[in-house]
Amino acid sequence: MIEIVEKRNGNKVTNKIRLEFAALSDNESFARMAVAAFITPLNPTLEEMSDVKTAVSEAVTNAVLHGYESRNSMEDRICMDCILRGDVLEVEISDRGIGIENVGLAMEPLYTSKPEQDRSGMGFAFMEAFMDDLEVESEVGCGTVVRMCKKIGTSAWIDSEE
Amino acid sequence: MDDFKVIDNYLMIRLPDEIDHHKSVDISTKADRYIMSKKVGNIVFDFERTTFMDSSGIGIILGRYKKIACFGGKVYAINTDNRIRRILLLSGLQDIVEIISKG
Repeated sequence: MIEIVEKRNGNKVTNKIRLEFAALSDNESFARMAVAAFITPLNPTLEEMSDVKTAVSEAVTNAVLHGYESRNSMEDRICMDCILRGDVLEVEISDRGIGIENVGLAMEPLYTSKPEQDRSGMGFAFMEAFMDDLEVESEVGCGTVVRMCKKIGTSAWIDSEE
Repeated sequence: MDDFKVIDNYLMIRLPDEIDHHKSVDISTKADRYIMSKKVGNIVFDFERTTFMDSSGIGIILGRYKKIACFGGKVYAINTDNRIRRILLLSGLQDIVEIISKG
């Protein structure tokens, strides 16, 4: 039944939003609430909702804390693009911060570049665990792009029941 | 504030509705002040009100654990719902934290 829906929607973009906000830690909650509101029409389960919110929170926290080194400046911007293709959510979170020298190392569970700051080093591990797919692109001095996607909701099942 | 309470040798911390990096800095600083000034041995994190937590919550727990573990203290997480428990287990915290679920 999943196939039927995929055929109907294909890879067509069915909705998209773009948000740009200052790299302040206050905006971490704003970003995850925005993505939660965006996927609500797909009837996500509580678990899916919380998975997506956690993953987005991790990515935005990384941009604020590492990308922009907690400068909390109004000039530093984070961009969040959310795209729906049928019931698949794609989120792209990008910053123009300092970038990551070794993406592979940064993505290792428990690795943190700021051990003195009580960071758990689980950010990327959580994004990987809670989303279906994760891609990280980064260039030192230019910034970082995190791309994640996840299939959401029971719409496929409801469609086929109807 | 009522969210931090010392009972005998235990520091009880009532965590907020949402725990992220923005809130975690404040919680950690306050907790450390209690650990130092009241010389508490053990810490209890109460998740009763908490509906959202990201890896910053793990950072809070790990950081406090490091501060008291060398004196033989223990850390407890109580009233955890399924989502919070999943995040704690995913981080391997069950080895150092006693997790007590809701109800």
